[in-house]
Amino acid sequence: MKQFINFIKKEFYHVLRDPKSLLMLFGVPIAQIVLFGFALTNEIKNSNIVIVDNAMDNASQKLIYEIRASKYFNVGQIFMNPDQMDAAFKTGKVKLALVIPKDFDNDLQHLHTAQVQIIADASDPNTATTLTNYMTSIISDYQNQLWQDGGLPYSILTQQRILYNPELAGAPNFVPGVVAMVLLLICVLMTSVSIVREKEMGTLEVLLVSPFNPFLVIFSKMVPYIVVSLINLTIILILSVYLLDLPFKGNLLLLYGESSIFIVCGLSLGLLISTLTDTQQTAMNTSFLLTMLPTMLLSGYLFPIENMPLFLRILSNIIPAKWFYIIIKSVMLKGLGIKYIWRETLILSGMTVFFLTVSLRNFKIRLQ
Amino acid sequence: MDKEMVIKADKLTKRFGDFTAVDAVSFDVAKGEIFGFLGANGAGKTTAMRMLCGLSKPTSGEASVAGFDVFRYPEKIKKNIGYMSQKFSLYEDLTIKENIEFYGGIYGLTNKQIKDKGTELIDMLDLQAEANKLVRGLPLGWKQKLAFSVAIIHEPKIVFLDEPTGGVDPANRKQFWELIYETADKGITIFVTTHYLDEAEYCDRVSIMVDGKISALDTPSGLKKTYNAKDMNEVFFQLARNATRSGD
Amino acid sequence: MNPITLQNITKTYEKGKVLAVDDVSFSVNDSEMFGLIGPDGAGKTSIFRILTTLLLPDKGTASVCGKDVVKDYKAIRGMVGYMPGRFSLYQDLSVEENLNFFASLFNTSIKQNYELIKDIYVQLEPFKDRRAGKLSGGMKQKLALCCALIHKPSVLFLDEPTTGVDAVSRFEFWEMLKRLKKQGITILVSTAYMDEVEHCDRIALMQNGKILSMDTPDKIIKSYSEKLFELKGDNKHKLLKDTMTYSDAVGSYASGESIHVSFKKNGKSDADIINGLKGFLESKGYQHIEIVPTVPNIEDCFLSLTKTEIHG
Repeated sequence: MKQFINFIKKEFYHVLRDPKSLLMLFGVPIAQIVLFGFALTNEIKNSNIVIVDNAMDNASQKLIYEIRASKYFNVGQIFMNPDQMDAAFKTGKVKLALVIPKDFDNDLQHLHTAQVQIIADASDPNTATTLTNYMTSIISDYQNQLWQDGGLPYSILTQQRILYNPELAGAPNFVPGVVAMVLLLICVLMTSVSIVREKEMGTLEVLLVSPFNPFLVIFSKMVPYIVVSLINLTIILILSVYLLDLPFKGNLLLLYGESSIFIVCGLSLGLLISTLTDTQQTAMNTSFLLTMLPTMLLSGYLFPIENMPLFLRILSNIIPAKWFYIIIKSVMLKGLGIKYIWRETLILSGMTVFFLTVSLRNFKIRLQ
Repeated sequence: MDKEMVIKADKLTKRFGDFTAVDAVSFDVAKGEIFGFLGANGAGKTTAMRMLCGLSKPTSGEASVAGFDVFRYPEKIKKNIGYMSQKFSLYEDLTIKENIEFYGGIYGLTNKQIKDKGTELIDMLDLQAEANKLVRGLPLGWKQKLAFSVAIIHEPKIVFLDEPTGGVDPANRKQFWELIYETADKGITIFVTTHYLDEAEYCDRVSIMVDGKISALDTPSGLKKTYNAKDMNEVFFQLARNATRSGD
Repeated sequence: MNPITLQNITKTYEKGKVLAVDDVSFSVNDSEMFGLIGPDGAGKTSIFRILTTLLLPDKGTASVCGKDVVKDYKAIRGMVGYMPGRFSLYQDLSVEENLNFFASLFNTSIKQNYELIKDIYVQLEPFKDRRAGKLSGGMKQKLALCCALIHKPSVLFLDEPTTGVDAVSRFEFWEMLKRLKKQGITILVSTAYMDEVEHCDRIALMQNGKILSMDTPDKIIKSYSEKLFELKGDNKHKLLKDTMTYSDAVGSYASGESIHVSFKKNGKSDADIINGLKGFLESKGYQHIEIVPTVPNIEDCFLSLTKTEIHG
């Protein structure tokens, strides 16, 4: 056991003493989250919207005034009928429409409740969600204002309608995608490179000619990267909750558990690559090729799988990131429990066992 | 006798922070001379050689190589020297011919010159049958001879050889030195480092660096006389045994 | 029982295309220092890797400490110390961290076997916090030796431990090996430096995967099959070139400060040979020529044994 601990200690020294790998380990995920975050907020400011004002009364005028005052929206035309609105959406310049019903003021005054409808263009689902949220919050501000002014509880019910991509399938949020990509990249790349480095430096030769079990060599290499990956996951979660205001709905323990399975899957894949390559350079290239591309293209993170040709849809099933992406989305964003994701968990675990077995079988206890 | 000096170093010094790697080293090397540059590991040989090749700027002192000042004209120096080391020499995944074409090209030889020189070189080394084979497959001794010939393809004034014969078998080492002799006879100056002290005997003059300074410089027979030694091994031991810098 | 035995070991690479070790047999005695001497590509490293269980031989059998290198590889891995040709310690770990790591790898500690490495370790101690990558060549070798010794192996395998190391450090290194040998450790060591054979009890001269000759250094020198003369004169470069054209000689090459010229033993007296060569050179215009019979060194033996391999 002491051997094992010493080995792990040594691996940590390697990680901590190489500024380049440290940057890779912690810089890349942070940069991804921050960059995505900025890209998103920039897009959302001054979005073009239209308003269909069927009421044309005092209350609707005041609401429109509040919306105009917001920095997020650029209120274009005020239409009188829904056909004009449809035409405006088709030009693609309008991201969102607010429909105020007839008798808006009257309903508020007498029934203390009224309905408005928010219609969003969800061909870009991220933007659609965010804009809808902003609009809702402006309306609820307005509602609170009315309440204070009149001393009576008014309520405006918002009814949302999502156009073009009603389920927001594709990428409702990039955070789960970044998590999947970062974990996979770190695990595969770092493991494969660190083992191949020992081959290249000749230290593996000395390790093999020692009574230390070769498989313990492998496991002790995995431990530091499991730790680093979990730290990374935590950083990403903290950033997305506090910097990007992403609500975290699910069970944290479940999320870490599922992530651990995915991490071990990545480490096994990294080990497999290390048994097949001889230089750090090839190990690195192979890792990039096997992690970045499939994760970006076939996990459903950037491109919805439903819209892909049959062949790619079938192919996507063998991408571990696809299953993990479904799991993490369900846990993080929808707050679902294991009941709903046991199938995906089982598939991911199966893949992990498969990669681990193949790579351990492939690991040579001699030189070639 | 007034010989043309192709390397002149005067109080050449290189410091890295507090550490003086090369400490006010002065020496001259004449045209066509075989100059052995010896020293213990860490004595400062590599640093001194880098300064002379124009790869590293001296901290103080003066030096000129092939008539060019190392401070002002490092690029001109590079055009007038050849360099070969045990570690870096030829591209293993190119053929002999391709290596010759490549190096001829970077030294600005015309296509005709490359062709003529290449044929001459391949004939001289008896490599006609291997000319279109990858360098990877050649025995080490042949690789080193080829690397040396390529390093002088542009007829430089000086060629720097950094441990050129490490690991080479005795027969090929002898042949390598015959090549060096021939090159020196053509007027090309040879500046060579080695750990084989019997090779130091083949040099016209030998300098021995200890702790950043040149502690001896003479012909091999002169050195043996001065230190009352039977061979260069003994000379080297007397000088290098007391080095303080062995840990660096 | 011999600590190291090889019988008809053959090893090829690239599916039999490259022959690295060609039917090699030898055995090393208890507490003997046995040297494999030969240039790069002679097959030394392959032999080391077969004996340290890192490679499987194509043909033949080998055993270390009585254990078969193929079947009992696990047992061998615990008993031997191995220093590969390349510097194979962790460059980003300090001297002490490297030692501690290798000690724990073998389930021991620096303290437990301090006696064995003391001599070497005291020289390293001032630098114990320095990263291994920042040590000089000589110091790196000493550290690697310490790491290979830390578990008190009964057999030590050292593959070209002195390559690229300066003459003084090399000498010190050999002195250390001799002290280890006195403590009963069997040592198999390889080198490309011919002048280092004097430190070995027995040597095997190797080239192209074959053993050319195997014996004590003295006996190998005694079995030199040619007559060797030392030639001195002015203008050494030219003298060597002209001597090489002398057809009676079978070999002529620079050796140290002089030129060595070898002749076949064919009944001619030394005086006849000397006069013959002298006459030849005088006819070429040389005057102050000195030719004396001389005792060959290992390099001369190697050159004589590999004569058929010399090109050009």
